[in-house]
Amino acid sequence: MSIRGKAHKVGAHIDTDAIIPARFLVTTDKDKLGANCMEGLEPGWIKRVTAGDIMVAGENFGCGSSREHAPIALLGAGIPVVAAKSFARIFYRNSFNMGLVLLEIGDEVDKIGDGDQLEVDIEKGLLKNLTTGAEIKVPAIPASMRELVDAGGLVPYVKKRIQTGA
Amino acid sequence: MQHTLAQKILARHTDQEITEAGQIARCRVSLVLANDITAPLAIKSFKGMGATKVFDRDKIALVCDHFTPNKDIDSAEQVRVVREFAQEMGVTHYYEGGDCGVEHALLPELGLVGPGDLVVGADSHTCTYGGLGAFATGMGSTDIAGAMALGETWFKVPPTIRVLISGKLKKWVGAKDLILNLIGRIGVSGGLYKALEFDGDTVADLSVEGRLTMANMAIEAGAKVGIFPSDDKTVAYGQAHNRPNAERLTADPGAVYESVVEIDAAALAPQVACPHLPDNVKPVSEVTGVRIHQAVIGSCTNGRISDLREAAQVLKGRKAAKGVRLIVLPATPTIWRQAMHEGLFDIFLDAGAVIGPPTCGPCLGGHMGILAQGEVSVATTNRNFKGRMGSLESFVYLSSPAVAAASAVTGVLTDPGSL
Ligand code: SF4
Repeated sequence: MSIRGKAHKVGAHIDTDAIIPARFLVTTDKDKLGANCMEGLEPGWIKRVTAGDIMVAGENFGCGSSREHAPIALLGAGIPVVAAKSFARIFYRNSFNMGLVLLEIGDEVDKIGDGDQLEVDIEKGLLKNLTTGAEIKVPAIPASMRELVDAGGLVPYVKKRIQTGA
Repeated sequence: MQHTLAQKILARHTDQEITEAGQIARCRVSLVLANDITAPLAIKSFKGMGATKVFDRDKIALVCDHFTPNKDIDSAEQVRVVREFAQEMGVTHYYEGGDCGVEHALLPELGLVGPGDLVVGADSHTCTYGGLGAFATGMGSTDIAGAMALGETWFKVPPTIRVLISGKLKKWVGAKDLILNLIGRIGVSGGLYKALEFDGDTVADLSVEGRLTMANMAIEAGAKVGIFPSDDKTVAYGQAHNRPNAERLTADPGAVYESVVEIDAAALAPQVACPHLPDNVKPVSEVTGVRIHQAVIGSCTNGRISDLREAAQVLKGRKAAKGVRLIVLPATPTIWRQAMHEGLFDIFLDAGAVIGPPTCGPCLGGHMGILAQGEVSVATTNRNFKGRMGSLESFVYLSSPAVAAASAVTGVLTDPGSL
């Protein structure tokens, strides 16, 4: 799977209230949540995003509440990938369950500037900065997540287990 | 392997042998929790999984506490979804309206959580139950849906940071100041993916309610869990709260810790976390004089009876300053009634407070105390992210009940000792 898009760079410790403020949590609808994505960081932030764009963040992205609405809002906003220095734990789990791809790239994140054109090849584990020519190796998805990713997320995974009675 | 508390509890809930941090373990859960915000999503995932029944109708808790009493049509619809699901599945522990309180204050009170339990909840402050010696952690709705269907989930065995606290706390310094100080020292990602294990003579002196306050904010350091040993006080708490068989539980001697953080409790002064992160912590003396417009006393961090007593002790015979909204939200109906019977409400009302129902309310900027642009609130809650309590241009300082009450009286951030 290869994804091309523009980088939208945000800082460290971006919390789930910034990604989707609590006042919008009165729905589970992906598009409605997506329309208010990052509203807690800057009103109207979403207007800069074109479907397929990539979020780039500092350390501890997604800290705070357990709201799964956060990865859903990002997906609803048309953002399929987040590359960050590091991720908060609950957000990390939620994202894989929801099908949002997370790339934990440590200090390599400094090689990406706001507005850079990026290309991500998940199979090859490579993130290319087309603007600067920098190439960043992406660590393999942990084995624990592989089972989920292979099943297509947690919902199909549990479905299979219920059906087979395992 | 000698186990830390976190590892010991995981080991009890799996058939696998727990041999090292980082290992993936599939564990049976004791209780699965969700609320009015997260349950609707969990139910959607649960149905999507093709599940038709919950693994155990006595081991699911659904608490509609965030926007209660429902603030608008959308939030009422969410609660309807949860209620109908609870009925359909025959869920025993469904709470709404008059029997509902803030989930993390309610569950310990009902005896639904206790030492040695493995609790997962679709709420990040599920870690609160670590105060009772449980391994308790927050997850997203879909993970919770899986746990509701299967009664199990996977965990990565966390490495443990030992937090050793010793010394006698000064007057007006307590559990909230200890946890704020710790978060200030290790930072909002200092405990990422890890367990915090609290120990030391100060911890032994703390009440169970104080321990719940501290465990509650483990997530504010990014930690997976924050666990206290279960001792005589925990056992007594269990006996008083529908949990007669609560056991004592400690880490194995010789357990391996990733690191140790030591706190000298005797040297600590009242703390506040300044906007806009919980690790922006300073002694209140450094920010004394910052003008406030609102003081909130409540939430799963500090809405228990001991917190209300602490606030009342400061407010007795005093009045909130003009222009300060003082909002008191007892966290559960039982606490509400107790505060009323003890005469605390007279003290609060004399001080000019608004006493609200048990609800999360302003803690997450839901309702019942939202901030306008430029407004400042001192709050006994656990998060001060930008916009958490209202306008993106508002400011929240996190503190103990005593500091919040003292600040309400003077209208500026205040050390209760200086009144
Ligand atoms: S009181 Fe605040 S932190 Fe606690 S469960 Fe409610 S919203 Fe979450």
